[in-house]
Amino acid sequence: MDKIKCECGHVNPEGTVLCESCGKPIEENQHIDGNDKTKLLNMRYDGTARRSQTYNRTIIDKTWNFFSSVKVGVMLIIIALIASGLGTIFPQEMYIPPEAENRDPAVFYEDWYGLPGKIYYQLGLYDLYSSWWYMILIALIGVSLVICSIDRFVPLYRALKIQQPKRHNTFLSRQRLFSKTDVVSDEHKKAFVSNLKKQRYKIVEKDGNILAEKNRFSRWGPYVNHIGLIIILIAALLRMTPFLYLDEYVWVREGEQKLIPGTDGEYYIENKRFLLELYDENDERFKAAMERKGQLVHKNYQTDAIIYKAKDNQIVGQEPELEKVKESSIRMNEPLKFDGYTLYQSGYQENEFANMTFKVYEKADADQKALGELTIDLTSPEKTYDLDNGIKVQVTQYYPDYELEDGEPRSVSKFPRNPAFVFNVFPPNSDQGEVSFVGIGKNIDATGENKYKLGILDFEMRYASGITVRRDYTLPLFIVGAAIFMIGVVQGMYWHHRRIWINPKEQGILLAAHTNKNWFGLKKDIEKAIEGTDIQMVIDQEEVEKEA
Amino acid sequence: MNDLTSISSTALYTAFVVYLIATIFFGATIRDKRTADMTKKGFAGTIAISLTIIGFLAQLVYFFTRWAAGGHAPVSNMFEFVTFLGMSLVLAFIIIYFIYRLSILGLFALPISMLIIAYASMFPSEISPLVPSLQSHWLFIHVITVSLSQGVLAVSFVAGLIYLIKQIDQTIFNKKTLWLEIILYSLIVALGFIITTTTFNAMDYNASFEVPKDGRVVQMDYHLPAIAGPKGGELLTEDKMSPLFNAPDWMQGKDAPKKLNTLIWSFLTGSILYGLIRLVLRKRIGAWVQPFLKNVKPHLVDEIMYRSVAIGFPLFTLGGLIFAAIWAQIAWDRFWGWDPKEVWALITWFFYAAFLHLRLSRGWHGEKSAWLAVIGFAIIMFNIIVVNLILAGLHSYA
Ligand code: HEM
Repeated sequence: MDKIKCECGHVNPEGTVLCESCGKPIEENQHIDGNDKTKLLNMRYDGTARRSQTYNRTIIDKTWNFFSSVKVGVMLIIIALIASGLGTIFPQEMYIPPEAENRDPAVFYEDWYGLPGKIYYQLGLYDLYSSWWYMILIALIGVSLVICSIDRFVPLYRALKIQQPKRHNTFLSRQRLFSKTDVVSDEHKKAFVSNLKKQRYKIVEKDGNILAEKNRFSRWGPYVNHIGLIIILIAALLRMTPFLYLDEYVWVREGEQKLIPGTDGEYYIENKRFLLELYDENDERFKAAMERKGQLVHKNYQTDAIIYKAKDNQIVGQEPELEKVKESSIRMNEPLKFDGYTLYQSGYQENEFANMTFKVYEKADADQKALGELTIDLTSPEKTYDLDNGIKVQVTQYYPDYELEDGEPRSVSKFPRNPAFVFNVFPPNSDQGEVSFVGIGKNIDATGENKYKLGILDFEMRYASGITVRRDYTLPLFIVGAAIFMIGVVQGMYWHHRRIWINPKEQGILLAAHTNKNWFGLKKDIEKAIEGTDIQMVIDQEEVEKEA
Repeated sequence: MNDLTSISSTALYTAFVVYLIATIFFGATIRDKRTADMTKKGFAGTIAISLTIIGFLAQLVYFFTRWAAGGHAPVSNMFEFVTFLGMSLVLAFIIIYFIYRLSILGLFALPISMLIIAYASMFPSEISPLVPSLQSHWLFIHVITVSLSQGVLAVSFVAGLIYLIKQIDQTIFNKKTLWLEIILYSLIVALGFIITTTTFNAMDYNASFEVPKDGRVVQMDYHLPAIAGPKGGELLTEDKMSPLFNAPDWMQGKDAPKKLNTLIWSFLTGSILYGLIRLVLRKRIGAWVQPFLKNVKPHLVDEIMYRSVAIGFPLFTLGGLIFAAIWAQIAWDRFWGWDPKEVWALITWFFYAAFLHLRLSRGWHGEKSAWLAVIGFAIIMFNIIVVNLILAGLHSYA
């Protein structure tokens, strides 16, 4: 190892630019921080030996050096920034609007946006944020900030620990803020120091050399915030595993009880009622806005739900015995939580029938007087209905979502959106049934000789409520990461590391100061502290240099 | 309109006028000899900052009376949100002023703030009801914090602009002077938008078109004379200008032809205005302003620019990413969903992170930083205007 011994006696590691103890520039290393070209010293990392600036032989060195460059880091950030922007030109795959005729990305983009859309699709920009290259980009930023931080943190920590109040003359005179006062009385010097103390500077004194320092902790801000970022990246990685992150969706109709998917058959949800509320169109406050829009505004989506848990003593193949766990309503912005799961109100559908009421009347009766009524629950119609007056109605076919395809009746889904029936009506005390077909807007007498007819008297619609089921064990990690990031970033941004060196020189003193940001504040500190003394105010040598 | 609402709009109007007067006083500080040392405040400066504070208080009255009238914090539609941004810029300016006592900052910050507030008032200003997804305290916490951070970041833009006007050599015409002039020109185009919209609103201009859309015919009302008409549209209103051309096919968004038309009008008015200014000044606007900044110390302006990013960045992270994520988690079951608004918040954040890292190396202080501060503000405005009105995801306010 080529350790470097400074004239002050301190032994510095290889690659040191400014002696860790006294700050004297180490001649052969001045090119590293560019000090050979400027009057002022580059104080970024106090001239410490950084691995990346010292070794460049092996492939490991080279990789390390590549990632520890802030320029590379910034380039990666800029690339990520531009890439992210590209993904917002057209909607991402998951935001293809529901009204699109064809939501297949291969068709949609060209359909809606023409050639640019087609190119967008072919470049894969429609699913940019989960593409492998985008993830690699983000990962590279992560690698870069880890390496970069280690490269700087360790030596900086060392240097700030080792630093001595006595500084080399060159070090002092090449600071941005510097002044030399030829004659200073002890009294004034004391007053100066005690003023600095009042401003919460920590004073270290050695043989009349003084170092006044404050807010060193703010220097660790960037490292703390980078740790926060890494935690967030790790959390994002973990979130891709199904064990830690559950995302399911379930439709529950009013009055229906359903297994909550993703809970291993353990939990059930019952939808007691779905509520869609609108703002009162006469509401004084919002009248003007609603009139301009010309439509009613939704106020509330709410599912009144009961959560059940299956009891442990289940027998396979049998309906499980359920135990009520929670009864509550789920609203947008007010999800329901139980045992680590969270249920969100995510959607609703209004286009389903809950039940239909029919009346039976004689075809020949012009008044269509009801001979009897029956109400059919559309999720579980019964086989036969016995009416009061002895008529029996048998349901021979039920099409929940009726459609005629090639002359054949069929049901396109199992949801009662367009129910239709084939009934067999038995007159009192008769086994001779009459077949008829009844649906919405349809009433067909199969033989044309029926005596009885069925008509729709009434129906009830019901809502289906769309509920997202989430369990996310990575959330705490995200929260911790974000909190650490915030702490670090505030620590580094709202406090500033300030150092003032006062070294005696003959009858007077040399005064120099450095801060990592907010020079204006540092100058004000010094100005206040030297008030009433003969000590010269520091000169901002950078400003002088620029203006010259 | 009830009492609170009318108090509220009067207060906003008052604030606007007071800012205008304060700007004039900030202008007077340029001639104030004592301000040669920019940190000592003169008489004009004292009045100017006092007026600014009074204006800000008036705007607070606007904010809280409107809150009381509507029952929710007034940051829920474009009008309210953009107005609040203007107010945040004033607050940020006041804070920075008391740290650095630089009067010239007010001369630029207040007009920009007024421009923002005037821009806001072009949007419908009725108090609107909140749809279920917006009914969350987190929405307000999120929007208010983001807005404040953007106000602070806007101060860095103001400082950057001052730096550029002061430092760029105006004796020659080159890329730099051109870009600086483009920045100033865009501010004038924004003014053009406000002037045009206000004028035709005052005239109650309305031209209705029948437009075929998805097999139906819908009506589209233009409130500015149609230069770019809707494709296949038929003008119904008599005596109104018929379009010079039709909006191209690929503009599919809601009201896209109208937005295009408004954009054309803004550029038209803005360009005429700019042309007139140039005729009067007989030089680039930048070149005309430069001598007024004779006494400004570039170092101090550079530091203010950097400092406001340093203050604004953590705030933006908190409001624009963390609070946003909390709200999204509660409202939409995911804290991050890659919708355009979120992505542009991320882009803004990346950008300012890059800014801070670049500042670590010496070569990026001063002029380069100033350009970056301008670009940063452009990204913020893009997020507020273009993303909200055009790319529009879940957050779409308009
Ligand atoms: C999006 C990702 C990143 C964010 C949000 C971020 C954030 C920050 C912040 C806020 C600072 C403090 C700046 C200041 O005090 O002026 C900082 C400093 C720093 N960052 Fe990052 N950073 C990111 C990525 C990176 C990367 C990829 C690198 C590696 C090249 C890196 C290297 C550094 C270094 C060397 C410092 C200065 C440390 C010091 O002053 O002692 N950062 N970062």
